[in-house]
Amino acid sequence: MSTVETVPERPEARDFDAIDRDALGAPIKGPSAMGHDPRRMLGLAWTMATSDFKLKFYGSALGYFWQLARPMMLFGVLLLVFTVVVRLGNDIELYAPTLLLGIVLFTFFGEATGGAVSAMLDRENLVRKIDFPRMAVPLAVVITALFNLALNMVPVIVTLFIMGADVRWTWLEIFPLIAALAVLAIAVAMILSAAYVRFRDVRPIWDVFLQAMFYASGVLVPVQAIQAEFGDRIERIMMMFPFSTILQQARHAMIAPSHPTALDSAGAWWVLVIPVAITLGLLAVGFWYFNREAPRIAERL
Amino acid sequence: MTVPVPPAPAAPAPSAAVDRPPAIVVDGISKTFRIPTEQAHTLKERALHPFRRSKVRQMRSLRHVSFHVEPGEFFGVVGRNGSGKSTMLKTLAGIYGVDDGRIFVNGRMSTFIELGVGFNPDLAAFDNVMLNAQMLGLGRAEARRRFDAILEFAELQDFADLKIKNYSSGMLVRLAFAVMIQVDAEILLIDEVLAVGDAAFQQKCFDEFERIRESGATVILVTHDMTAVKRFCDRALLLERGTVVAIGDPEEIGDRYLDMNFSSDARQEVAAEIAADTDDAEDAPALGGPAPGTIIDDTDRHGSGRAEIVDSWVEDGSGRRVEHLPFGSPCTLAMRVTFHDTIEDPLFGISVLTDQGVTVFEPNNLDLPPMGRFAAGETREVRIAFASYLAPGRYHLTPALCRDEAALEWFDRRPKMHSLLVTGTVKTLGTMHPPFTLTVDEATDDATTGPAA
Repeated sequence: MSTVETVPERPEARDFDAIDRDALGAPIKGPSAMGHDPRRMLGLAWTMATSDFKLKFYGSALGYFWQLARPMMLFGVLLLVFTVVVRLGNDIELYAPTLLLGIVLFTFFGEATGGAVSAMLDRENLVRKIDFPRMAVPLAVVITALFNLALNMVPVIVTLFIMGADVRWTWLEIFPLIAALAVLAIAVAMILSAAYVRFRDVRPIWDVFLQAMFYASGVLVPVQAIQAEFGDRIERIMMMFPFSTILQQARHAMIAPSHPTALDSAGAWWVLVIPVAITLGLLAVGFWYFNREAPRIAERL
Repeated sequence: MTVPVPPAPAAPAPSAAVDRPPAIVVDGISKTFRIPTEQAHTLKERALHPFRRSKVRQMRSLRHVSFHVEPGEFFGVVGRNGSGKSTMLKTLAGIYGVDDGRIFVNGRMSTFIELGVGFNPDLAAFDNVMLNAQMLGLGRAEARRRFDAILEFAELQDFADLKIKNYSSGMLVRLAFAVMIQVDAEILLIDEVLAVGDAAFQQKCFDEFERIRESGATVILVTHDMTAVKRFCDRALLLERGTVVAIGDPEEIGDRYLDMNFSSDARQEVAAEIAADTDDAEDAPALGGPAPGTIIDDTDRHGSGRAEIVDSWVEDGSGRRVEHLPFGSPCTLAMRVTFHDTIEDPLFGISVLTDQGVTVFEPNNLDLPPMGRFAAGETREVRIAFASYLAPGRYHLTPALCRDEAALEWFDRRPKMHSLLVTGTVKTLGTMHPPFTLTVDEATDDATTGPAA
């Protein structure tokens, strides 16, 4: 600062009652889900996700390997069980990458939704101290999980090569499939993150739900094996659930054509309307619920 | 690379300010928190008792608060703990919605509830600035574009890659303030960030305030630190139990604030106002202090009871009973005594003690001629008048009554029976501040003296 005393003159305070309220524009409201600019909200979510990602790998020399360690451990154990002990996987073409792809996609869904549960509380210092679009919080969790998914896809590809799978154009299908899965994850994340602020037992409930989903969704036992054992019925029911549908289509696209498409597994097109409806329904409900809760999240934490 | 200019440094002329709309208008807002008295947080509890309405306590934090802030004004919001000032801040910041009333904000607002909200010590300046700036309302691209300007403003260009946990406290303050200023905020909302940290840290914050003030931005400072308010604010608002007690000159508000802190009288006034408010269903909680004239702490009372101190109080120069006095004004300590026995030549005295219990002043009639004889049943008032040079602060008064010097028998002694608050802005660490002169003698030879105070 150049001059010594440049303090501006004190403005004269006007009469409070004489203020023309109509000339003031709209009054402010509490925090909203999206903010006035959705692009800004997305940018904020992205920044939050990238800084989280940086923090995770900061200070660990083998960060990437630790990131892979958990899904790979699970993969190793399950592979052993289902090829040596139960021998169920031996009938399936390329069972190892089939299993791994399932684990990786499920890990994404589990991270995105499980992380979203307490996301508001984890970010308490921000939520209670600044007005920003609340949606950025669950969205950032899903984006971080997407980063991890990208890393986890590397061993899937490596395994495919090792096992001698063909490189096919259909591999590209994985992108829209992951996008669909991300939409599902966002929908669930919105509901869970807002609900947890009010009900703390969302956490154990969701943990149990995820565990059940892991076994029920066909991650371990692909539909072919189920069909061989129980016929079309179970397979068809499975295709009514969004995650299983996406996983099945991903296996067909990534692993080998011998894995049936989601449509083949479902048997009829209308069956596939159900997972689509569930996903869109969750998205609508999630958005509505999150929007409704957003202004009060800060004071309920 | 163009450097974005911080908010226009044009000093707002008083006349121009009138043409511009107010920066903030708060129009009769109320805010009630619903606090569940029994935590019904689990679904199981809800499932077991589906029809039981969980008991909630209504806590009214703000009641019909109205005020406005002129553009370019440095406005203070002060209040004791629990007066609702934090809620006020958070509703202004848009973190809490209001139940009633409206808040108009004219201009981009930047909130500063904490030093760099979301700052993560393990990240470098870049990531922290990006996150913080976006939180404060910039777009991602915009934040990146301004990063250099922010670092330059903070004078931290050489430390861009350093993780901020390695920053000194001063660097951190500069960075946080730089972001806040560089997001083009016209209105800055600042919480008592000053409360944390040591004196040196506070000084750094004050330096930044000085800079902000010079930039011509509108600032709202929410604090319980009266020094900061008096030093920076053009106007201030005093909150007590969610209502506006006064808006006006910081000096005046400062005195009222001290009142609030120490005087039960002032608090009662507010309580009465709230009680008169019919749409307020809240049960008035127990008042913070006793009613005037009642005994603050009488557990140490002792004496034979042959004579009794029935009342004791302080009067100002015009003989009005007061609980607080401006610094430097005449003061009278008084007590009313009832004699239950015939007593000759008693000693009257009232000790003035500091908050720490140090006796400052102990006037009595020890060196005065004998008082004579008082009959049983008589009630008399005793007054001790003096020119008070007690420094601003709180004092406790201990009236006492005893026989005489030779045979010390207490009739009645009531330690710290009531207290007196001296208000004022005298800067002293002492307990007395009588008028004085300070001179420096003429320079001798080549020795030059410092500037005379």
